[in-house]
Amino acid sequence: MSDSSHPPRTDISLSRVFWRVYRRDLTLAMRSVGQWLNTLFFFVIVVSLFPLGIGPGPQTLATIAPGIIWVSALLSMMLSLDSLFAHDFNDGTLEQLVISGQPLSVIVIAKVLAHWSTGGLPLVLLSPLLALVMQMPSSAYGVLVISLAIGTLSLSFIGAIGAALIVSVNQGGVLLSLLVLPLTVPVLIFGSGAVSSSSMGLPISTQISVLAAVLALAVSLAPLAIAAALRVGVSVGR
Amino acid sequence: MYRVAGILSPLLAGACVLSLLIGLYLGLVVAPADYEQGDSYRIIFIHVPAAWMSMFVYMVMAISSAVFLIWRLKIADVVAVASAPIGAAFTAVALLTGSFWGKPMWGTWWIWDARLTSELVLLFLYLGYIALRGAMETQQGAARAAAILAVVGVVNIPIIHFSVEWWNTLHQPASITKFDKPSMHISMLRPLLIMVFAFQTLYFFNLMVRVRTLILEREARSSWVAALAGERTNG
Repeated sequence: MSDSSHPPRTDISLSRVFWRVYRRDLTLAMRSVGQWLNTLFFFVIVVSLFPLGIGPGPQTLATIAPGIIWVSALLSMMLSLDSLFAHDFNDGTLEQLVISGQPLSVIVIAKVLAHWSTGGLPLVLLSPLLALVMQMPSSAYGVLVISLAIGTLSLSFIGAIGAALIVSVNQGGVLLSLLVLPLTVPVLIFGSGAVSSSSMGLPISTQISVLAAVLALAVSLAPLAIAAALRVGVSVGR
Repeated sequence: MYRVAGILSPLLAGACVLSLLIGLYLGLVVAPADYEQGDSYRIIFIHVPAAWMSMFVYMVMAISSAVFLIWRLKIADVVAVASAPIGAAFTAVALLTGSFWGKPMWGTWWIWDARLTSELVLLFLYLGYIALRGAMETQQGAARAAAILAVVGVVNIPIIHFSVEWWNTLHQPASITKFDKPSMHISMLRPLLIMVFAFQTLYFFNLMVRVRTLILEREARSSWVAALAGERTNG
């Protein structure tokens, strides 16, 4: 006997759910290249505004470069996070995902990773170039890339909580920053701290370890909060 | 709850005024001047209780948010909403009095000290909570979303505090910024504790008043509120 309230098919494995969502989001992102290229341009422009505002002295630039690159990366991430769930919410995909019967936190992890692959990874790959123009010593490039790679991934997870909370709010962009930026303080401190230490030739293993610890916490706890927030957003509607 | 709050609030107000008077008298008149800081240390009797309350109120807010998320108790949400602006006010007072104290002691209004910075971040968390609350259109959604935010915030507070402390020790030696308390003399400790009690009662008094208003607002259509309003206008 079949009844109409039977839950949807749940016999696909979790890894397939994960990969399907991940590939779908990645495909969508690839088809609107402008979206993530804009983020990248924003990153470059913000960084290059600082020498114009502060002055081109190589010594000054080298001192403040780690902080500037890190803050700019943080702001660029905020910019792209705004649309993380918004499109799916508007066209009803999100609702389908919520009622699909699959664990929402797994879906969320896939979506966040897809966001990072298009909104975070390009920043990481581009950062040595910016470090070069900001007169940073070349010995610090490796640390910059590593710290940004770990840090931006944490930022994706932390920021996604905010993006999920404001999903049903119109024009939530500024609100998103207000909610998320205080929570990103630790990532910023340890990320730019690692880069600063390494350009001064100091050991960096502490900062990198803490960054990794924050990432571990974010990966394990944030999806639960994101999923809960998305459920609220979907149930409220707009 | 409405009735309980109504009974409690005058009691709390009384206790608050009384302990404020005693605390301020002991703190400003009876307690001796500090041998290093002179009279300007006396702002401690406002500053420290406000700073403690800023954290205490956030804990209340986070715990009642968690209670609301788990058991869907409406009153827990009311407590959380009512607490947010009070907590933000305590945080702002702590920051302001801190900078009034910092000017004569450290020679500057603001220092990027670990405690100052984490207090500032706490203020941002409060403001974010209030802003999210205001942005959501439906009551139910706003309540649950804000509750999630409060719980996320409370998980983050220790991490933020720890990292800010670490960052600070990296950048500057702690000697200039840390107000090193010698174990406090009883004549200073007593008024401080009384002031802490006064601030506690002040918070709970405000909370009760706000809770009563919020309950009335939310239950405006229920029969008991209508009956109450009728009683007031007729009698």
